[in-house]
Amino acid sequence: MILIINSGFFVVLLLQRLYFFRLYMEKFRIKFIVFLVLLVTFLGYSTTLYFTQTEQLAYPNTLAQKGKMLWQQKNCVSCHQLYGLGGHLGPDLTNVYSIRSEAYITSFLQSGTQVMPNYHLSLEEIQAFIEFFKYTNTTGVADPTSFTKHFNGTISQQ
Amino acid sequence: MFLFSALLFGLAGALEYIIPGFWKDFFSFEKIRPLHVSSAVFWILITAIGCVLYFLKEHNNQNLKQQKLIRWAFYIFVLSFVGILISYSFGIFGGREYWEFNPVFSIPITVGWILFIVVFMSNFKTLKQQPVYLWMWFTGVLFFLFTYLESNLWLIPEIRNHLVKDMTIQWKSYGSMVGSWNMLIYGSSIYLMDKIAGNKTYSFSNIAFWLYFLGLFNLMFNWGHHIYTLPTQPYVKHIAYVVSMTELFIFGRIIYFWKSSVSDAKKHFHIGSYRFLIAADVWVFLTLGLAILMSIPALNIYMHGTHVIVAHTMGATIGINTMLLLAFTYDIFGNQTTRLKTEKFGFWLINGSLLVFWISLTMAGFAKSYEQFNNPEVAYGEIIRQLRPWFYVFFVSGCGLVVGFFMVVFPLMRRWLNGLKTLEKSSNSE
Repeated sequence: MILIINSGFFVVLLLQRLYFFRLYMEKFRIKFIVFLVLLVTFLGYSTTLYFTQTEQLAYPNTLAQKGKMLWQQKNCVSCHQLYGLGGHLGPDLTNVYSIRSEAYITSFLQSGTQVMPNYHLSLEEIQAFIEFFKYTNTTGVADPTSFTKHFNGTISQQ
Repeated sequence: MFLFSALLFGLAGALEYIIPGFWKDFFSFEKIRPLHVSSAVFWILITAIGCVLYFLKEHNNQNLKQQKLIRWAFYIFVLSFVGILISYSFGIFGGREYWEFNPVFSIPITVGWILFIVVFMSNFKTLKQQPVYLWMWFTGVLFFLFTYLESNLWLIPEIRNHLVKDMTIQWKSYGSMVGSWNMLIYGSSIYLMDKIAGNKTYSFSNIAFWLYFLGLFNLMFNWGHHIYTLPTQPYVKHIAYVVSMTELFIFGRIIYFWKSSVSDAKKHFHIGSYRFLIAADVWVFLTLGLAILMSIPALNIYMHGTHVIVAHTMGATIGINTMLLLAFTYDIFGNQTTRLKTEKFGFWLINGSLLVFWISLTMAGFAKSYEQFNNPEVAYGEIIRQLRPWFYVFFVSGCGLVVGFFMVVFPLMRRWLNGLKTLEKSSNSE
């Protein structure tokens, strides 16, 4: 009789343990599955972006590439922006090539301004900057007023 | 050290706005800005790492394994961060916005982070039956490495040679990277909240995990709101817009629980760390509100490229991250002496100044936007000149912030040094 009661208790205890174990496993499993689904989607999304080309072309020549490197080496982004991304002390330069003339850009780069120092750039470096700005100008329009706003909160650009 | 450097270079940078060309000849803005920004980032990162390790030790209730690796990681981080700041002051750059240093420095930073991952993993075996803050730390630790490496993908010519693709990936990595360090910091804040409450009910609750997954979802997919005006793939922007709107749930939750949060705050307000946790909550409300507005593309175009973005960044890095990190340091170095008048005054000075600072930047942003949309013929220099009254307010409130931080951080440092001395004495007497 005692053996039966004990076995009964043992079975109940085992079932209870198993029930809670399953509950615990399921709870963990759901969290783990959600984490995994998000992670796989994120990695898929990231890979797609790494391997998809945008509409814009690559830099047309090495001088424009050099201009981009100079942009980084002189840390122009501290004050200036490309597509509104960067510092706010100076203007956005994405479309400076079409807004201003080459001569205007050259004079700024040669002498600096009240705020911008003269970097004593060589003629080749100035030309590299101009080629870079010529390229950025072909990639799109950064002016925020050029966007059309839609009722659902989205925007588009011609 | 990094916090003070961030504050002082921040003030120096603000001076450039009110007296144009003030430092131009010997310390121009392209040096000051990265010195300010990187110092702030280093303060956030190194303090977040320290707090996670300290709280992990408390959570495990035993000393951390891999003490040697912790020391190595610390030295690597400090040496490379100091090296980066020195290179900036000599005008040596080569990276991109926020990580302007020469990419060579990425090697020690990556190595240091891998060491941190090894330490973290050796002190944490499984995610099963773990509170939400451990999931958050785990996520933050791994995703930071991923996003940091991703931010260096521009070194591959195939990516570097396409400006728009390069910028898309750059901002993808930045958006998620901020989310990663927020995982470390918010995870620690949940740990601390539980510690103050004396139970772990919240960190095991379903709602805590819901919010964690919502945060992770946003970390992974909402970064596109930084680049609405960039002519990249349209789906990037649509995904970002939809995902960002899920943050409304967090925003609504803050409002819904506002009353109970206030009564909880009153109960624990005398505790130094809790006080900073509450301040961070208020800043989450303001910053998140602004972030949600900025995530609507039709509104974003009015704020993008203006000081509203700076206001948002300051709200996030000072109002949320720094408040939380100070809350953690109070807990670590001792909460008892928070009745000191200077610390109390410092707390209110920081928050009052930050509010004025935040408003002045937001207003400067709106004023710039108004000029851009209504008077496009006005020269950029003239717009900046017109904004100068806001910059004066921003500079004065910035001074208030610096003084406030000094008033809070110096007593904390004194407490830390006293703790070290006591430790030394007790080890000598043994």
